[in-house]
Amino acid sequence: MKTRIVKRPGSGSPRGSAKLWQLRLYVAGQTPKSLTAFRNLKLICENHLKGRYRIEVIDLVDQPHLSKGDQILAIPTLVRKLPQPMRKIIGDLSDTERVLVGLDLRPAAVRGRGEL
Amino acid sequence: MKNNNTHSSPAAHLPKCPTGIHGLDEITGGGLPRGRPTLVCGGAGCGKTLFAVEFLVRGAVQFGEPGVFMSFEETDAELKSNVASLGFDLAGLVRLKKLVLDYVYLERSEIQETGEYDLEGLFVRLNHAIDSIGARRVVLDTIEALFAGLPNEAILRAELRRLFRWLKDKGVTAVITAERGREQMTRHGLEEYVSDCVILLDHRVHDQIATRHLRVVKYRGALHGTNEFPFLIGDEGLSVLPITSLGLNHKVSNGRVSTGIPRLDAMLGGKGFFRGSSILLTGTPGTGKTSVAACFAQAAARRGDRVLFFSFEESPNQIIRNMHSIGLRLEPLVQRGVLRFHAARPTLCGLEMHLATMFREIAAFQPAIVIVDPITSLLTAGTDFETKGMVTRLIDFLKGGQVTSLFTSLTQSGHALQQSEIAMSSLMDSWLLLQDFEGNGERNRVLYVLKARGMAHSNQIREFLISNRGIDLVDAYIGPSGVLTGAARVAQTAREKAEALAGQQEAARRQRELKGKRAALEQQIAGLRSEHEAGAEELRRIDEQVGMQIRLLTTERTELGRLRQADASRAAVRAPGKPKPKSRR
Repeated sequence: MKTRIVKRPGSGSPRGSAKLWQLRLYVAGQTPKSLTAFRNLKLICENHLKGRYRIEVIDLVDQPHLSKGDQILAIPTLVRKLPQPMRKIIGDLSDTERVLVGLDLRPAAVRGRGEL
Repeated sequence: MKNNNTHSSPAAHLPKCPTGIHGLDEITGGGLPRGRPTLVCGGAGCGKTLFAVEFLVRGAVQFGEPGVFMSFEETDAELKSNVASLGFDLAGLVRLKKLVLDYVYLERSEIQETGEYDLEGLFVRLNHAIDSIGARRVVLDTIEALFAGLPNEAILRAELRRLFRWLKDKGVTAVITAERGREQMTRHGLEEYVSDCVILLDHRVHDQIATRHLRVVKYRGALHGTNEFPFLIGDEGLSVLPITSLGLNHKVSNGRVSTGIPRLDAMLGGKGFFRGSSILLTGTPGTGKTSVAACFAQAAARRGDRVLFFSFEESPNQIIRNMHSIGLRLEPLVQRGVLRFHAARPTLCGLEMHLATMFREIAAFQPAIVIVDPITSLLTAGTDFETKGMVTRLIDFLKGGQVTSLFTSLTQSGHALQQSEIAMSSLMDSWLLLQDFEGNGERNRVLYVLKARGMAHSNQIREFLISNRGIDLVDAYIGPSGVLTGAARVAQTAREKAEALAGQQEAARRQRELKGKRAALEQQIAGLRSEHEAGAEELRRIDEQVGMQIRLLTTERTELGRLRQADASRAAVRAPGKPKPKSRR
């Protein structure tokens, strides 16, 4: 779990203008995919949400009951709890472009393509 | 199909997991393969989810095996309320920790795929649910929703393969439901992964009436019934109706039940039908089938037997009113609770639903006598074959419970015996036929016993009269010109009566005549006798006179001799000797 709050004036998109981003990464054990996902997530956050995001990593092997709350099937899954609405991104987050669309850090035109 | 039981009972190599679903365990020879996944596929609305729920509920309640229901379509609350109507208390089972409901929500538009992933989350979740209550049974309903929810089919397929493998390793008996595909068994080819047991559910519409069918397509390592079996969803869940599940080993009774018509009882060996037998009553329209049935019902109910009357043509009130007109008082019996009517339109639902309703009513009311009026109405609710199957099952069910059953059957005028009835009649123990005789400008009813298994019965045709005092049977007149009924019979009887009367009169006349003759003769005899007696008297008198004369003559001679005194001594001696021969001459 990491917390870093940094005020950055004039941040890019208006969508990313919320004060604090709460992200939750679900993994199941220290699998390569989980580690990759975490690494990718941190990188994206540092690049786009520097200082105003919080990542919570939940290992379902330790806390299986938590899988039900956020309807987790795929591993790894990244859940954007805040800002609303909730969004889900599955996979190891290696496709940065799609992650940005998924997190709503990219404008709609790009998002449309990303959603297929 | 029945052989399954015997063949697979030493199935140590393939343990079975009883479903508790009525009829299914009989078809599969004990249930689903234990510890393996079973695929249940079928189109929309054919009862897949219900099948799965019942499998779990019965497992938890009857077999002490807790279960996990993982739903991909319905939420927990929806599921609970949907199956509550079938008497399944899911919430209660959840409270008792016998059941876990897990609704998996998947919305593709909310999911962004960004690289490699697997479904470990689902595994963890399922594993957690199983371990939390020590579940032995698992349902995944409908796992195909994943195909709609997850974009990457390659990953999904690999993960599904892993999932089913994992379920086997876990040792749980799983039911996986899937939507029926157009060309393959399931839309996404799940049968590729679940290959131990595949059950196909089907909901077919024939002549606007839907019937559900179940078929065990595949059951690895076990014999199974491959036929299609109709099944139904009733108040108590699913029940599969294997036609062949019941053997012919009902207990039989020697008890008899009166038909309510004394003369008909007399035709049936004097006592009526056998208790627990099945009776077919066929007749053309308006021959009095319902009346005979109602008569039977009234007699039975008055004796205190409980009677259940299924009517597919008339409403209960209509029957009560109509029967009132022939002197049957059914209403008090209904009020006393010994007679119950159940009326339904044949086209209300499919055959199997009718059968289910009838089973339920019979189980609830526990009747001694069941009347179905008429069974032919149900023909419109299914094909001949289905109807026969249904009647077979119904009769089996009734015989198993020692219930006497009477089925009326409508035949077209002109066709006394239809093909379908011949098929049905083989199931029946007794068969009464009501028929119309037309002639002399009138139509009369006759009744005869076509067959009555196990009893001496009359082979005569009886005329069947319905009056406001009820039903009566009269001997039909059978003469040289054929069977006479109605007015013709009455006329014939009258004619005979007149003839008999004339005969009697003639006899009396002749008797009188003879009597007179005899009297005259006797008189004559008396006259002759008196004449004869008079003759005898005369004779005696003559004799006496003659004797007297002789005596007088003798005395005269003696006197004369004595007076002459001639040779007195000799004459005295001879004289009496001499006239003797003279007198004899």
